[in-house]
Amino acid sequence: MTDEKVITAKALTKKFGDFIAVSSISFEVSKGEIFGFLGANGAGKTTAMRMLCGLSLPTSGEATVAGFDVYKESEKIKKNIGYMSQKFSLYEDLTVKENMRFYGGIYGLTDKRIKEKSQQVLADLHMEAEQNKLVKSLPLGWKQKLAFSVAIFHEPAIVFLDEPTGGVDPVTRREFWEMIYQAAQNGTTVFVTTHYMDEAEYCNRVSIMVDGRIEALDTPTNLKKQFDAASMDEVFLQLARKAVRQE
Amino acid sequence: MKQFFIFVKKEFFHIWRDRRTLLILFGMPIVQVMIFGFALTNEVKNSKIGILDLSKDEATATLSQRISASQYFDLVENLKSSSDIDASFRKGDTKMVIVFPEHFRESLLHSNSVQIQLIADASDPNTATTLINYASAIINDYQDELMGETKLPYTITTQTRMLYNPQQKGAYNFVPGVMAMILMLVCTMMTSIAIVKEKETGTMEVLLVSPLKPIMVILAKAVPYLLLSIINIISILLLSVYVLDVPIAGSLALLMFTSILFIITSLSLGLLISSFTASQQTAMLISLMGLFMPTLLFSGFMFPIENMPLPLQVISNIVPAKWYYYIVKSVMIKGLGIEAIWHEVLILTGMTVFLLTVSIKKYNVRLA
Amino acid sequence: MSSVIVNNIIKTYSAEKKSVVNALNKISFEVDKGELFGVIGPDGAGKTSLFRIMTTLLIADSGTASVEGFDTVKDYKEIRKQIGYMPGKFSLYQDLSVEENLEFFATIFNTSIKENYDLIKDIYGQIEPFKKRRAGKLSGGMKQKLALCCALIHRPTVLFLDEPTTGVDAVSRKEFWEMLKQLKKQGITILVSTPYMDEASLCDRVALLQNGSVLSIDTPEKITKQFAKQLIAVKTENMYELLQSLRECTEVENVYPFGEYHHVVLKSNRTINEVQQYVSAHGFKDAELKPATANIEDCFIELMRNQ
Repeated sequence: MTDEKVITAKALTKKFGDFIAVSSISFEVSKGEIFGFLGANGAGKTTAMRMLCGLSLPTSGEATVAGFDVYKESEKIKKNIGYMSQKFSLYEDLTVKENMRFYGGIYGLTDKRIKEKSQQVLADLHMEAEQNKLVKSLPLGWKQKLAFSVAIFHEPAIVFLDEPTGGVDPVTRREFWEMIYQAAQNGTTVFVTTHYMDEAEYCNRVSIMVDGRIEALDTPTNLKKQFDAASMDEVFLQLARKAVRQE
Repeated sequence: MKQFFIFVKKEFFHIWRDRRTLLILFGMPIVQVMIFGFALTNEVKNSKIGILDLSKDEATATLSQRISASQYFDLVENLKSSSDIDASFRKGDTKMVIVFPEHFRESLLHSNSVQIQLIADASDPNTATTLINYASAIINDYQDELMGETKLPYTITTQTRMLYNPQQKGAYNFVPGVMAMILMLVCTMMTSIAIVKEKETGTMEVLLVSPLKPIMVILAKAVPYLLLSIINIISILLLSVYVLDVPIAGSLALLMFTSILFIITSLSLGLLISSFTASQQTAMLISLMGLFMPTLLFSGFMFPIENMPLPLQVISNIVPAKWYYYIVKSVMIKGLGIEAIWHEVLILTGMTVFLLTVSIKKYNVRLA
Repeated sequence: MSSVIVNNIIKTYSAEKKSVVNALNKISFEVDKGELFGVIGPDGAGKTSLFRIMTTLLIADSGTASVEGFDTVKDYKEIRKQIGYMPGKFSLYQDLSVEENLEFFATIFNTSIKENYDLIKDIYGQIEPFKKRRAGKLSGGMKQKLALCCALIHRPTVLFLDEPTTGVDAVSRKEFWEMLKQLKKQGITILVSTPYMDEASLCDRVALLQNGSVLSIDTPEKITKQFAKQLIAVKTENMYELLQSLRECTEVENVYPFGEYHHVVLKSNRTINEVQQYVSAHGFKDAELKPATANIEDCFIELMRNQ
């Protein structure tokens, strides 16, 4: 982790008519940081993340992602970020290799680069034997690890993870977090949105959104101290119970 | 019984609250009847023709006038020479050209024989044949008048009567066809989708794990579509009688009874489809491709079955719509009674019993 | 007295179906009357298959299962009168209102909302203000509550809940478990499946399921007590390098990330001090070490390693 900021948001706001989905949020994320972005369903997480990914224009406020402005340079932002969600990531009816080729191609990597990178990913995941198998035939845990590798295939500055580890077994989950740590170590910033609090414990810093505002932002240790709680779950419950807004 | 009623009530809520489907359900029959009634018709009206009159005498003038006065033809061009004929067809609008030879009247009176040339654009063979027939008929009429003056000793004339449909209206043919198609579509597709939807949303699991009997689920799903289909039949019949002037020649009661029989056949088919499909898309595709197309092709409504090769004629026998189409034509158009259609009614009943038995047997009390 | 008995259940699937539901390999357990029993395991462990067999929706290849003394194959009709079941997806009619859904499920189970209102009062009370709203327009937490009401409306003796907390947020999850505790007081036997290890401690007893096999069945306390090895938690600035380094340490049997810390499982007869020295010697001067008590996740990992 360095002091270099890769995400900055200042008073970022998004309104849909009278409804204020995201209300003047401000935060910064450093290069190589694992940043947890938490909130109950409907708190505004998804809207905020869409603005940062360049998919939705803010109503007011400022934000830069990987040094690019979210208003004017959304195409450049898209080139410099990776995205992985639990629901969609890989094509089940393509093979492991074809998936990597496809995503490499989307981000404009050269054929040579795709080949090298594919070999490296397959070696890292110990999946050389499975490279020509259809993704749907792989166990869930492998799919997830592969999906993450594909999301950072083009070596983006930031990778956005949407509830990445739900439902996998504890061992695979650890292997997955180890991959995240490794990516962060190599300078990739990891932005995790989730509503499962034990995922939050793995993050360097955590922000908690309630009703469109960031109500808390600190390291898990400090947050637990601040709210006099034994776990992030308790911290979250204390904050989220105050929420007025439903989904 | 209470269980049954609340189930039916729920089905009506589903149908009522899905406005788009509702619109399709009730709009489709009306739109189809209108389209077939006014837009798609194999009658030929106001076809553009040209005349090349090389004799320009009294007889050709009378004939030309009669032809262009008929509602079938619309005289747009008087050609000057035979070299114009080709050009006239190439322009694309002209469907037929009539050529009167030189000295038409003279030849007719003096040698008792003369030839008229009818040249038609046969790129659409059906239209070409129809036009030639219409024109020949007019010419024959004229010939008869002439002969009336100079009675020949022996003449055989044919007298034609178009039974059941004297004006040869397309509507007589397609109203039964549209009825078969709509019922097939509404009953089969909608019921199969309605059941498969419960599988998709997971509510089927809860229904299975309830004391509800399978037959109850099946009946409750079928009843709303039975009622909707009856409404559809009534609206099609009203439209055909009052808008298209196709009267119901036979017994209305018999027509309704046979229609309800066909509805139940279609419902059973829908149930059968739903028992082996797991997604709404598959159910829809099977209903459309597997049933709608055969209904269109093999009911005899679009293409005469007698003209098909034998294997296809055999296949057409398993299409329920073929039998229903025959029944409706007999009862509604020809005005025949049950004695003429009991054979077809029996076949439909047999099909229904078979389909219903199979689908109830196949209705799984567990998940596959 | 056992309410649910599962005996040597085996279920296999053909290859192409495998991605949806997973196989079971000789599963046996018993659930007592009035017990809150958890089936804990990751996606693909076979939880849904198991629940479908118990709720008479699937037939096992071999083995037997019974609910309230009735066999799931022979007496399935009897079982269906007695149980409540909430499948993985909240199976509600999205286009019916809250009230209409509840009324429908009450009627098909031959009862009425009025008759059993007292049982669902506490839960239904929370969604009653929205009773005219279509179920499809409810939030995840409210859908979950409505689905629970629908499963309870006929006063079942046994309640099967397949992953009721998946996809709902932390607040709703918490509320949901509190509701289950209340229902338990009414004497209803409850079987609940979940992929979240932290929910294990909320059950009376749990079965840990992995790849179609039971790893362990016991009370959550006993399972964590069975963790015989010494466990320590370690934390420092650069967690990734620390992890790599600890992997090389000869005193360490296993090390894995665990939230803010790494959990280190020591080999027998090794001490925390030895690890302390190792860590300092490898450049992690400010590392924080402390003894840790194993929780269900630690146990699950250990059990998976031994499998």
